[in-house]
Amino acid sequence: MVHWSAEEKQLISSVWGKVNVEECGAEALARLLIVYPWTQRFFSNFGNLSSPTAIIGNPKVRAHGKKVLTSFGEAVKNLDNIKGTYSKLSELHCEKLHVDPENFRLLGDILVIVLASHFGRDFTPACQFAWQKLVGVVAHALARRYH
Amino acid sequence: MVLSGADKTNVKGLFSKIGGQAEDYGAETLERMFAAYPQTKTYFPHFDLGKGSAQVKGHGKKVAAALVEAANNIDDIAGALSKLSDLHAQKLRVDPVNFKLLGQCFLVVVASRNPSLLTPEVHASLDKFLCAVGTVLTAKYR
Repeated sequence: MVHWSAEEKQLISSVWGKVNVEECGAEALARLLIVYPWTQRFFSNFGNLSSPTAIIGNPKVRAHGKKVLTSFGEAVKNLDNIKGTYSKLSELHCEKLHVDPENFRLLGDILVIVLASHFGRDFTPACQFAWQKLVGVVAHALARRYH
Repeated sequence: MVLSGADKTNVKGLFSKIGGQAEDYGAETLERMFAAYPQTKTYFPHFDLGKGSAQVKGHGKKVAAALVEAANNIDDIAGALSKLSDLHAQKLRVDPVNFKLLGQCFLVVVASRNPSLLTPEVHASLDKFLCAVGTVLTAKYR
């Protein structure tokens, strides 16, 4: 079980409380597909991903980004059992979706950058520490059931 | 991984807009790296890493200057950073994984201080540039 200090929990939930999940989720996924274009391999049925503008405006990208970040919220609500929270999703990503877990790390780093751009100076180094830790734990939990 | 013409324009544009604040960006990048990735502190046992440390500020200035130099010589980063590359290979021997961590923190600094500068396109170009710098600095490791 991951140990979270009271400060880390507070930093995580105070940021999460102010996040617009739809906007941040859409932006994080769009940036993943733009900054690391090979990640588009998982989304061949998403339609037009031919340019940054197309990706940002793509309704499937927006919807899926919202879905992914909404799921992230489950981790925030269950910091003391992230492994259990993502057990089924881990199996899904391995058996059905065939996603290399490295992609979870890439998305996590992009999410931290998106949060920094939204929260500015409020996204302090201590905040970044807590969130880098969280995205790392989520990535690890999603990879845990791979076989 | 090759920097396109557009990447080079984006990176040069970003650094020209950051201008004289590059030193502050460098210092904050290190501050964030030490905070977010405590293992990076192992390379600085001789530094005071407390908040506001003059040593961290001074070192951040050096790191920023190297990034600016690379951006100003973006057609030949290997040439521009050749001496730094030797230094990292022979003396500093910072594990290659850490350059990605520094890069992540630099991106976070740009995002938090100047979000309008970090459009998705510029983000992509800057990420590629930082990777290229890391590659150059570790190129002579073995």
